[in-house]
Amino acid sequence: MGRQMKHKLLTMTAIGALALMATACGGSGASDKGASVDKFEIDRNPFPSTYKPYPSGTVLLQNATVLDGIGGQIEDGDVLLVDGKVKSVGDDIAAPDGATIIDATGKWVTPGIIDNHSHLGVYPSPSVGAHGDGNEISGPVTSEVWSEHGIWPQDPGFPRALAGGVTSMQILPGSANLFGGRGVTLKNVPSRTVQGMKFPDAPYTLKMACGENPKRVYGYGGGRFPGGAPYSRMGNVAGYRTAWIKATEYKRQWDKYAEEGGDPPNRDLELDTLMQVLNGDILVHMHCYRADEMAQIMDIGKEFGYKVTSFHHAVESYKIADKLAENGACSSMWADWWGFKMEAYDGIRENIPMVHKAGACAIVHSDSDIGIQRQNQEAAKALADGRRAGIDISKADAWTWLSANPAKSLGVFDQTGSLEVGKDADVVVWSGDPFSSYTKADIVMVDGAIMFERGNPDRTPVMDFELGQPGEGDLK
Amino acid sequence: MIRTTLLAAASALTLIAGANAQDMTIVNAKVWTGTDAGTLDNAAIDIRNGEITGIRQNGTSPRGGVEVIDADGKWLTPGIISPFARVGTVEVNAEDSTNDMSASGSHFSVALRAADGFNPAATPVAITRIEGVTSMAVAPANAGNIIAGQGFTAKTTGAPNSIIEDRAFVFVDLGERGAGIAGGSRPAAWAALRGAFADARGYPARFMAHNEGDSLTRTDAQAFGDAVRGRQLMIIAAHRASDIRQIIGLKEDNPNLNLTIVGADEGWMVADELAAANIPVIIDPFSNLPASFAQLGATAQNAQRLIAAGVPTAFSHLDNDAHQTRLVLQSAGNAVANGTSFDDAMAAITTVPAMIHGMDGYGKIEIGAIADMVLWDGDPLEVMTAPDMVIIDGVSQSMESRQTKLRDRYLDLDESEKPLAFKR
Repeated sequence: MGRQMKHKLLTMTAIGALALMATACGGSGASDKGASVDKFEIDRNPFPSTYKPYPSGTVLLQNATVLDGIGGQIEDGDVLLVDGKVKSVGDDIAAPDGATIIDATGKWVTPGIIDNHSHLGVYPSPSVGAHGDGNEISGPVTSEVWSEHGIWPQDPGFPRALAGGVTSMQILPGSANLFGGRGVTLKNVPSRTVQGMKFPDAPYTLKMACGENPKRVYGYGGGRFPGGAPYSRMGNVAGYRTAWIKATEYKRQWDKYAEEGGDPPNRDLELDTLMQVLNGDILVHMHCYRADEMAQIMDIGKEFGYKVTSFHHAVESYKIADKLAENGACSSMWADWWGFKMEAYDGIRENIPMVHKAGACAIVHSDSDIGIQRQNQEAAKALADGRRAGIDISKADAWTWLSANPAKSLGVFDQTGSLEVGKDADVVVWSGDPFSSYTKADIVMVDGAIMFERGNPDRTPVMDFELGQPGEGDLK
Repeated sequence: MIRTTLLAAASALTLIAGANAQDMTIVNAKVWTGTDAGTLDNAAIDIRNGEITGIRQNGTSPRGGVEVIDADGKWLTPGIISPFARVGTVEVNAEDSTNDMSASGSHFSVALRAADGFNPAATPVAITRIEGVTSMAVAPANAGNIIAGQGFTAKTTGAPNSIIEDRAFVFVDLGERGAGIAGGSRPAAWAALRGAFADARGYPARFMAHNEGDSLTRTDAQAFGDAVRGRQLMIIAAHRASDIRQIIGLKEDNPNLNLTIVGADEGWMVADELAAANIPVIIDPFSNLPASFAQLGATAQNAQRLIAAGVPTAFSHLDNDAHQTRLVLQSAGNAVANGTSFDDAMAAITTVPAMIHGMDGYGKIEIGAIADMVLWDGDPLEVMTAPDMVIIDGVSQSMESRQTKLRDRYLDLDESEKPLAFKR
């Protein structure tokens, strides 16, 4: 949604409120402004982003090895950032007047890492019972819940991820449910509010889940036998289809109302989200390990007219990488997790490069407050294991797993995810080659503003929770 | 060229996997010895009957008839030792039928021997081995008692006789988890532990008067006897500085105890006291979040601060330790990124684990040492590096695992002629 569109929707909110009041009072819906013209529209953005980039000015990074994030590598490269945007990338950029010059000799410069699978904020540190806000386990279909309403912006995990070069991330609900709820994309900037972190104009996402989790939680949860539905993978699929059938009908009613007017249909939060998926406004991110399940899910998408943007965990994507490429579905993967449950049993170290080789969209994701701190190393492991298996991928191409592809999967690649002119200056200066255990992020910029600088206490965020505790302000 | 040599050697070896030690000499290696000799360039290492019998600079050719492996200047290190893992006792964590780590329905504690559940053929064993981990300490996990049972040490050959010491240590949890298991508080956990000490020391006399001990069954009290007398290692889990101080106090009261602390995220806050008490620690260098109120001081600086204070420090990857203990090398590399020296990080995954577990002859490359070694295709602590060759007891090991077989089946997805299920 563009900025103009957002403005329009904000205006519509006020009108929508009027229309609702009218409906609730059982009146004709007529108002001074003429309700016959101003139809009620669902407010798509009731919790708008209040994020504003911090001041940055003009910054010239000089003499670095630059990965542009779309497959290019420049030795002795320069990157010019002006007012929070990438102004130019090259090998001999003249410093504009008043530019801050950062000598990055021997260092590497990349786009900021984007993690499209994080539970920071919804499962924050410390992981005490009161902090378990990441999964509305109360039912198998909870597309009415939104992860942003569970996010605690004071999670000490956010600055740790920042120190690992993560500039944006998708916060997802958990995977107990068939439909877990909406995900949200954040800029990794400390803020007092969630709205202050929300990535401006990023589309919403929907978390769904395949396989063992839903049937374990609902089918044989709570010590009852049998529990509720779903109890099996058959029940999972029936659950998805039943919900999509309802959503299709709901959408039909709203489409009819948009065309013909009359009384607006009754609103249903659960179906609002699903309808917007069917409208193409919300992107589906689906937890799915097994190859055979992913193949069936893609058919369900065709049945109801939506697409899975990215399968998550996708431990067996290597088995159907060709089909994923055909269907244009991304895979968000770990480098080497395996074995913790049956559907993760066939995990291999070459999953990511094998998906890449098939021409499908490969993404490194973390699903971990520890893993998110070194996603570059996860890419490095996958790259090296792929090369040993004969899959020749350059470091510059491998970086697409960390920034460009996750940005595409979140619908924000027009704004971030590569060092292309005009894009957000979400940039990391690494102490050396980021495909190394020994390399650390020295400087992390979000929209050109330095949000983290290694060793500089003035540029190291400390969350409220850590103030007055043993960890306050320590090196992490 | 070297690759061909190695591959040829490896395939020959598959035929005799599990067979007797080979005699071989590795030449032109960059050897991290784990001893005062430091790192040797262009060294030659002689292996005879599973032992290291010669270390020579600029190796001259060995006598005829011995296989010669040209390392081409690459790193050769002692086999990596994971000091705290669960490999080989679990196939799939979430499937109880395949998981022998813990037993919530058992009324035994110390008497539970993890070695009884060890399956050398479990798939994680080969998957761990081919990443350079040649031996490991495998711990039981707590379920109904703060004392989980006894752990063992083993090689990762996958062979039936690969257990080194079947009753290597007792594992006790005195952190938040232990408090929960003991009934809900740290005092409950400590009361249970003191009771267990009394039961073990009073065995068998007190069991003649009563059938049961204060904390332990008769069988458990008997099993705990060695640990409470310092004849068996006791590994205690704890993170919080105050919990660690309690454990130091336990050692002061019982100086003969052989203790090691695992976890120890706030270890750096009591590093001098740990060093003075000579209590080693096994830490996870990745752990840098206040994941609980016992870990508020967690920092990636823990490793270098403990080592600087003189605390014997070993590294382990404590997250999914049934499948991912292989990541201990990445952990060690990250410790280096956070101020630990390369030599100290290497020691934390070789010599220090061997010292903690009393594994004489392990963790070093020196004459007389057991020939467990890894030849790497780069710096061993770099994430892009992997073993070219893993040698255990002088035998070059198979570099195949269930994962490599899955990879090879699916590298080419063409099934126009026949299903992929026919390919192996």
